[in-house]
Amino acid sequence: MSSVELNGKSYETDEEGYLVNLGEWDEDIAAYLAEQEKVDMTPSHWEVVNFLREYYNDYQIAPAIRVLTKAIGKKLGAEKGNSKYLYELFPYGPAKQACKIAGLPKPTGCI
Amino acid sequence: MGEEMTESTGGIDFEDEDASGVIKKFMFVNRKAPYGTIYALESLEVVLISAAFDQDVSLIFMDDGVYQIVKGQHTKAIDVKNFSPTYRALEGYDIEKLYVEKESLDQRGLTEDDLLVDVQVMSSAEIAKIMAEQDVVISF
Repeated sequence: MSSVELNGKSYETDEEGYLVNLGEWDEDIAAYLAEQEKVDMTPSHWEVVNFLREYYNDYQIAPAIRVLTKAIGKKLGAEKGNSKYLYELFPYGPAKQACKIAGLPKPTGCI
Repeated sequence: MGEEMTESTGGIDFEDEDASGVIKKFMFVNRKAPYGTIYALESLEVVLISAAFDQDVSLIFMDDGVYQIVKGQHTKAIDVKNFSPTYRALEGYDIEKLYVEKESLDQRGLTEDDLLVDVQVMSSAEIAKIMAEQDVVISF
């Protein structure tokens, strides 16, 4: 367990850098985690991150990649609901990287 | 069915790589109340993982297991996470075969309307029949 200090606020993270308390999440820590993952956040990235936060809020889990692509396709359009699009945004695994930036736990059966 | 099953793997052959494309019928039997033991949550995790392997998955809720999918669970007072919303995510994982034993509902004064997901309510005898058709039955 370690912690990150940003603008006078402290965030607890686990050994892999995931945020421990979902409630501590804000855009500052998201930007910090993105930097750690070497992801340059654009509005398209934020769209996926915000989608994941909504999904978690509804279902209390981080979705598997197959489920994520399907759900994104439904909500944001077919051109975004495929793994190619998501891997372009998050090259080291959309579920894993985007979930981390969104402050969610590591997905079950994650890629 | 049955003869290739082994005690140690519960009928799942981990060695045979050629079997990766084979779809087996997996049934998860949920019999315990959602909180107080880890069974319900562990079952749900295994179910979600199994979905990643494109297997034919079904779930049964019976005995106190029917409480796992009852609406309006408030767990704050016992300081554990309310994971019941996750059952509503199963549809997105293409897990749509959720069976509930009618006798278990009746004994607890519950009906289908008390449940937070769409299910098929079946008699004990009907469930026994479906259970017999499975390749793997895992009880929690």
